[in-house]
Amino acid sequence: MEEQQKNSGSRRDFVRKAGKLIVAAPILALPVILAKKTDAKGYVWQIDPYKCTSCEQCKTACVMTPSAVKCTNAYPMCGYCDFCPGFLRQGAKTYDTAAENQLCPVGAIKRTFVEEPYFEYTIDENLCDGCSKCVKACYNFGNGSLYLQIMHNLCVNCNQCRIARICPSDAVVRVPADEPYMRKELKKV
Amino acid sequence: MKKLKKFNKYIPYIVLGLLLIWHSVLYAQEQRFPRPEFEGDYTFPTHQFLNQRGPMWEYMDVAVLIGALTVASWLALKKRSRQGLIWVSLFSLAYFGFYRQGCICAVGSVQNMSLALFNESYAMPLPALLFFTIPLLFALLSGRVFCAGVCPLGAIQELTGFRKVRVPKNLERVLAMIPFVYLGLAVLFAATESQFLICRYDPFVGIFRIDAPYTMIIFGALLLLVGIFVNRPYCRYLCPYGVLQNIFSRFSVKHLTITPAECRNCRLCESGCPYDAILQSDPVKDREIAEKKWKGSLPYLLMIPVLAAAFAVLLYNLAPALSGVNDNVKLAREIRLEKEQGIKAVSKASVAYYESGRTESELFEQEQQIIGRFRKGAPWAGIFLGLSLGIGFFRLTVRDIRTDYEPDRGRCYSCGKCFKFCPVKINN
Repeated sequence: MEEQQKNSGSRRDFVRKAGKLIVAAPILALPVILAKKTDAKGYVWQIDPYKCTSCEQCKTACVMTPSAVKCTNAYPMCGYCDFCPGFLRQGAKTYDTAAENQLCPVGAIKRTFVEEPYFEYTIDENLCDGCSKCVKACYNFGNGSLYLQIMHNLCVNCNQCRIARICPSDAVVRVPADEPYMRKELKKV
Repeated sequence: MKKLKKFNKYIPYIVLGLLLIWHSVLYAQEQRFPRPEFEGDYTFPTHQFLNQRGPMWEYMDVAVLIGALTVASWLALKKRSRQGLIWVSLFSLAYFGFYRQGCICAVGSVQNMSLALFNESYAMPLPALLFFTIPLLFALLSGRVFCAGVCPLGAIQELTGFRKVRVPKNLERVLAMIPFVYLGLAVLFAATESQFLICRYDPFVGIFRIDAPYTMIIFGALLLLVGIFVNRPYCRYLCPYGVLQNIFSRFSVKHLTITPAECRNCRLCESGCPYDAILQSDPVKDREIAEKKWKGSLPYLLMIPVLAAAFAVLLYNLAPALSGVNDNVKLAREIRLEKEQGIKAVSKASVAYYESGRTESELFEQEQQIIGRFRKGAPWAGIFLGLSLGIGFFRLTVRDIRTDYEPDRGRCYSCGKCFKFCPVKINN
């Protein structure tokens, strides 16, 4: 009886030891397997401005309120138009810069005179909520210099970005963390 | 012929002209309105994009993780202090939960792992890899101390579990199978680049951020409410990382013990565990019976590969249905429905698809590719499910003989709630 007990004891020990080895092996081997597939810098989420269809969902999909997505202006692409489709609302009664004639619902686009007939448009990021109304208008009627970017001073870098999950055109992609922005630039001049 | 030869030398200039025209067409497409030629000394402003907090901070998180795990192990194994573990829980909840807002987390890193293993385009960020492996290493050394008080999801439930209502054993066993299915599917979905299921249905991250879809807020709040009575419902019946912790902890080198010295079989701790993770000591007369009974469990041992094969076949056949979680497959199905049956595609994805100018054949080819990947991956998820179910059945038939009351190494969260029930004390 005693011997039997001993036997069963040693069997259990064997199973336990074998289990330990089997379980420990992959966890120790994992860093080796992943050595090539590991990146010390990691990734962040960013909007590819060339894929974005300005569907207005960035404003509400982001876990941050207001959204970490903001509009920016690619100045070298901008036409500096007096009649800026991103700034002025279509179908306004009079085309002046009164609040009711502006397209931006939060008044985040600032217009400053440069010289006849050019105006510079800058985005006040503190006001912008990433609704992309101006982006769509600039893309449809202007040069497309206004585009959306995820601002990394605000982004909390979720493991699965909720905008990326919802984005209908798959424009939100992982980019290397050392180059966190995808600037829209003039391709050739 | 002569004329042609004369013509030859103009060809380069014609090509150049064509190129210039083509180039200006391209340029015009890009620029509806020409770039202004400023007369004054205007310079283009450059946009200063701000960066996130530096990558050093992520390694800071790893350091905090290691520190918290070490302290928790010490408190659970050496110091045997429930109060200390509560403080660790509180710290983890504050740091990983409310300060770091739930990302980066070990539970979700399972998916990064799977994505990195099965996709060329993604490399695992080192902090995520460390967050995945370090808690498992600690599980192998000292049991599930990560669950005890370092995981913010566990901590918030640990701190809100006030009463203990026992779940009937059979119900507990059935519910405890859910995490295996959850883990299998989450790994499959991440490997096929479809979804991060665990992050999407993380019930408490919304509470940490005070921002989530209202359904998830309700789900999280309900779990916390249930958790007041049935402690740690997420850990027990949902958490996919808990499955790994469970497996690793079974083979841990050291583990928390209920009694600081020798067990006296006084049965005082029997009702002490809210998770029913205390294995009872066998009465002397049962010890011989159990020894003779093991032959009865042989059929169950043989059933393990059969179950694995059956689940592999089942999931292989379910693969097309499962692939419906992928956005591209969903879109392709919608477009096909519109083409074949005239049901108009109205989703935002289909609107974007028509705007982007992708071709139908491209989309359908991509759909087939994704379904193919599901066909490849799903049987492995099935084998995992079948094996775990089979081994689970087999384990039910094998009876270990115990002479002491001890925690079930797989299911014990090392929370230390049982310490106070043990009357054995050692004097320093």
